[in-house]
Amino acid sequence: MNDIASKVLKGEPRSVARLITLAENNSPDAAIAMKDIHPNTGEAHVIGITGVMGGGKSTLISEITREYRKQGKKVGIIAIDPTSPFSGGALLGDRVRMMELAMDEGVFIRSMGTRGMLGGLTSAVYDVVEILDASGKDIVIVETVGVGQAEVDVIKIADSTLVVLVPGLGDSIQTIKAGVMEIADIYVINKADRPDVNQTVAEVKSLVDIDCSNKDRKKPVLTTNARNGEGIKELVNEIKKHKKYLDNSKEFDNKRMRRYEAELIEIIKKRLMNLIFDESKFKEKVESLIYKIFKKEVDPYTAADEILGKILK
Amino acid sequence: MERKIRVLIAKPGLDGHDRGAKIVARALRNAGMEVIYTGLHQTADMIIETAIQEDVDVIGLSLLSGAHMTLFIDVTKLLKKKNMQDVLFIGGGIIPKEDVSVLKKAGVDGVFGPGTHTEDIVVFIKNNVKL
Ligand SMILES: Nc1nc2c(ncn2[C@@H]2O[C@H](COP(=O)(O)OP(=O)(O)OP(=O)(O)O)[C@@H](O)[C@H]2O)c(=O)[nH]1
Ligand SMILES: [Mg+2]
Repeated sequence: MNDIASKVLKGEPRSVARLITLAENNSPDAAIAMKDIHPNTGEAHVIGITGVMGGGKSTLISEITREYRKQGKKVGIIAIDPTSPFSGGALLGDRVRMMELAMDEGVFIRSMGTRGMLGGLTSAVYDVVEILDASGKDIVIVETVGVGQAEVDVIKIADSTLVVLVPGLGDSIQTIKAGVMEIADIYVINKADRPDVNQTVAEVKSLVDIDCSNKDRKKPVLTTNARNGEGIKELVNEIKKHKKYLDNSKEFDNKRMRRYEAELIEIIKKRLMNLIFDESKFKEKVESLIYKIFKKEVDPYTAADEILGKILK
Repeated sequence: MERKIRVLIAKPGLDGHDRGAKIVARALRNAGMEVIYTGLHQTADMIIETAIQEDVDVIGLSLLSGAHMTLFIDVTKLLKKKNMQDVLFIGGGIIPKEDVSVLKKAGVDGVFGPGTHTEDIVVFIKNNVKL
C-alpha cells in the first residue's frame, strides 16, 4: 500500500495533514494515495454547516464537537473561508472560535481557502472529507463560507446540513429565500440570547410549513446559544436523529451517490482544464484557434468542438 | 502543482493586543498567502499542534515585550523535538537588541522589530520558505 495512505489509515496527524496539502495542491501523489484511501471511507457522518455570515457557525461547531467528544466520538473539522480573488491569498480565522479544541487528540481541524472554485467549496474538500473519514473520525464537520458569499454547494458533500440563522431584521428569511430552503435538514437559530428570537423562530417555522422539498420529514427549527452551550445537546440529538432517518431511508445512498457525482464532475473539469490549457501538446493549438476566432476565421463553438474532438479521439 | 505558502499567525501570552498580528496577517493574505489566524492566548503546545494539523510552511508569532522570550524558546525546542525544522519561524514585536541575538541563536529564523514594513516580512518569507 501507498506509504502516506497507510499512515493516514493509522490516524497519524502529520500524514493526514500532509496528504490534505497534496490534495489541495492537486499533486499527482494525492491521486495515487486516494486509491488506497477511498475503499476505507463511508463510515463518518458528514455534517455541513452554512448560514449567515458571522452567525456563530464556528462557535457552534466548537460546542457541537465538545458534545460529540463527551460521547466518545472522534471529530474532524474542515473550516472554509473565501480566497481573495485579487491576491489568491486567504485569511482563515475560524480557529479563533475553536481554541478549546486545539489540544484534543480526538479532534483534527483544517482551515481551507476556497481557492479557484467559484462555488465556495474547493474541489479538494471532497478529498479532505475522505481523508478525515479514513483516518478514523466518526464525525466530519464542514463549515462553508456564509450564504450570499457563495452558493450553497455544501449539500453535495454533507449527509446532514445545518443552516444557521440569527434573530432579527428578517435577514434569516431573506437567507432562506436566497435558496437554502431545499438544502437545510435542520434550521438552527443561534444567538438565542438576543431579542426577537421567538419571532424569528415563528417566521422560519412558517416557511418550513410551506416547504414541500420532503414530504416524509418535517425540518426541525432549534434555538441555540453557542456562547454558553444552551441548546447544543438538543441540537446534537437532532443531528443524530437525522442520521438515523437517513439510514432507514433510501435517501442516504442517494445523497452519497450525488456527492460522488459532484466530485467526479469536479475532477473531470479540473483534468480537462489542465489538459487544454496547461499541457504543451494543446497549448499551441488553442492559441492558434483563439487567434482565428479573433480574425473571424472561425466561431468559438466550432473552435471548442475542434479542441474537444482532438482530446476525445 | 499549485503550491501556496501557508502561514500560522498567533499571538501568545496573556495581554489582549493583537492589532499588530492582524495587520501582518492581512499583509500576507494580500501577498497571496493562506494565513491561519488563531488569535490570542496561545501556548507553545497549541501553536505546534495547530502548525502540524494545518501543515504550515511558516509560523509567525507576535509579542509585545521581552516577557515572551521563554515561549519563543519553547517553540524552537518543540520544533526540533518534533523534527519540524523545515518550518520557517519568525517573530515580531518590541524586542530589545540583546534579545534578538538570543532568539536567533535559539533557532528563530527572523526577528522583526517595531517599524518593520510588512513588505519586508513578505519578502523575507518568500526568500526563505522551504516548499
Ligand atoms: N450573543 C451571542 N453571540 C454569539 C453566539 N454565538 C456566537 N456568537 C458571537 O458571534 C461572533 C461570530 O461568531 P463566529 O463563530 O465566528 O461566526 P461564524 O458564523 O463562524 O462567522 P464567519 O465564519 O466569519 O461567517 C463571535 O463574536 C461570537 O462570539 C451566541 O449564541 N450569542
Ligand atoms: Mg466561522
